[in-house]
Amino acid sequence: MADLSALTLDAALTGLRNKDFSAKELAESHIATAESANASLGCFLKLTPDHALKAAAESDARLAKGEARPLEGAPLAIKDLFCTEGVETTASSKILEGFKPPYESTVTRRLFGAGAAMVGKTSLDEFAMGSSTETCAYSKTVNPWRANGSNAALTPGGSSGGSASAVAADLCLGATGTDTGGSIRQPAALTGTVGVKGTYGLCSRFGVVAFASSLDHPGPIAKTVKDAALLLGVMAGHDPNDATSLDVEIPDYAAAMGKGVKGLRIGLPKEYVSDGMPEAISDLWKTGADWLKGQGAEIVEVSLPHTKYALPCYYIIAPAEASSNLARYDGMRYGLRVDGEGLVPTYEETRAAGFGPEVQRRVMIGTYVLSAGYYDAYYLRAQKVRRKIADDFAKAFEQCDVLLTPATPSGAFALGEKTDDPVSMYLNDIFTVTANLAGVPAMSVPAGLSADGLPLGLQLIAPPLGEQTLFAAGAALEEAAGFTAKPERWW
Amino acid sequence: MSVSKEDVRRIARLARIAVDDSRLEGLAGELNSILHWVEQLGEVDVEGVEPMTSAVDARLELREDAVTAGDDRDGVLANAPKSEEGFFVVPKVVE
Repeated sequence: MADLSALTLDAALTGLRNKDFSAKELAESHIATAESANASLGCFLKLTPDHALKAAAESDARLAKGEARPLEGAPLAIKDLFCTEGVETTASSKILEGFKPPYESTVTRRLFGAGAAMVGKTSLDEFAMGSSTETCAYSKTVNPWRANGSNAALTPGGSSGGSASAVAADLCLGATGTDTGGSIRQPAALTGTVGVKGTYGLCSRFGVVAFASSLDHPGPIAKTVKDAALLLGVMAGHDPNDATSLDVEIPDYAAAMGKGVKGLRIGLPKEYVSDGMPEAISDLWKTGADWLKGQGAEIVEVSLPHTKYALPCYYIIAPAEASSNLARYDGMRYGLRVDGEGLVPTYEETRAAGFGPEVQRRVMIGTYVLSAGYYDAYYLRAQKVRRKIADDFAKAFEQCDVLLTPATPSGAFALGEKTDDPVSMYLNDIFTVTANLAGVPAMSVPAGLSADGLPLGLQLIAPPLGEQTLFAAGAALEEAAGFTAKPERWW
Repeated sequence: MSVSKEDVRRIARLARIAVDDSRLEGLAGELNSILHWVEQLGEVDVEGVEPMTSAVDARLELREDAVTAGDDRDGVLANAPKSEEGFFVVPKVVE
């Protein structure tokens, strides 16, 4: 039998319906591949073969009866930020070691309810705070891609680095991620996969360990644009358990891919051009615009004047929300407790031992910007700048239908390369963070390789609820790029 | 604005994170490098701008006042670091 792990989600679903192979065979193939690869790639914090095989057995029964659900029999990887009932969920943090959620997140409930199986829980930066998955307390996650002629370990990006690495290495057919400043799109770009976050509120945050609630977006990481469309279509939908969940009809995203880009106005934001931009990135951006133009789109230059303030704005708002969200880790009701002399010392010792350095840093920044005397100067000002950034997008979308930008300022970088300087790590999200602040949908599509053979991505950004346009343009970009490169198997 | 070692001690206390004195200086440096970087927001004219608190216009729905979850004592306590006879056990709170 052909290697089932190499299939796309779409091809696997078709193969299952045609009885070319069973859900059990498909699950076993992915479990075996994931088990053997994990020692080298470190992308799974926990493998869940029992969960996958149980789901596969039900899928085979349904397939036999012709009652297949939309993702029947699909083995997926789940970022360890999604609560999975009875299955340890840690957010890559020591403070949640051993935590077994008594409930299922809405997104995973929807995926499993549509027939998907869980191969395992994937690594991430602790509480999703990072851009390289290096702040994970439990594993070292490695990108399956290596530069030409080098065996140096590269990061898969982050924070959804484990999910991206698992998809790129064919250890699952697709994965969940969350994106607060680029945590789906940046790792997708660095691993040659497709990453999508919908409009804010499209996918429920219920049961997703909270980082910065007004910026957190669950979404899929997939092998192709079509696979991402199939996953997002199941993940999205109204949820009464999330007060910010959008009550809108979820269209057929895969069907929207056929619309093409003829007559579509593609905006190139001039502020995304920077002097320090590597030539490979600026060339790819130009090429991407030419591809879309070649398919009948019109290219227009637009302006997003407050772009340069997006990251500083984010690094006030996100830590502020995080410091408030993470107040719940007090060692009383769940998670780690380190006994101190009395109540407050117990809180303090628990949090000092349970949170890693980056999380402590962000909680302290957030505490500071929200504290008396500094709130107006930092937090309130950042919220006003956020409004101006969102207004920039609203104005740009009067002149164009979708924006095209680079996804990341560089290809994959080495482990340890940016861990000493927080700000240099933060700059990874320079092209992605604006869409989180504005709450607009965005997608990263693999579009080419750098001179040293590493994947590079292009980003598309659409107006609120413009996911169909996003998928139409994403499909056009994918087709033109013809990106079929895979990392050479060394693991 | 920049933070001193004393400020870091105060912030850590507010954040309920035990920080050893030997780490104060290093943390002050790290926090200052981030704070100096975000201070460029001071350049933006925000006169009359309404602060943005959410990416969607929040319109909170009222739900029926009915019990939808609960009556699951053992489930709630299952992850407790310490519990006894159906209660969370915590350090002494009231002197």
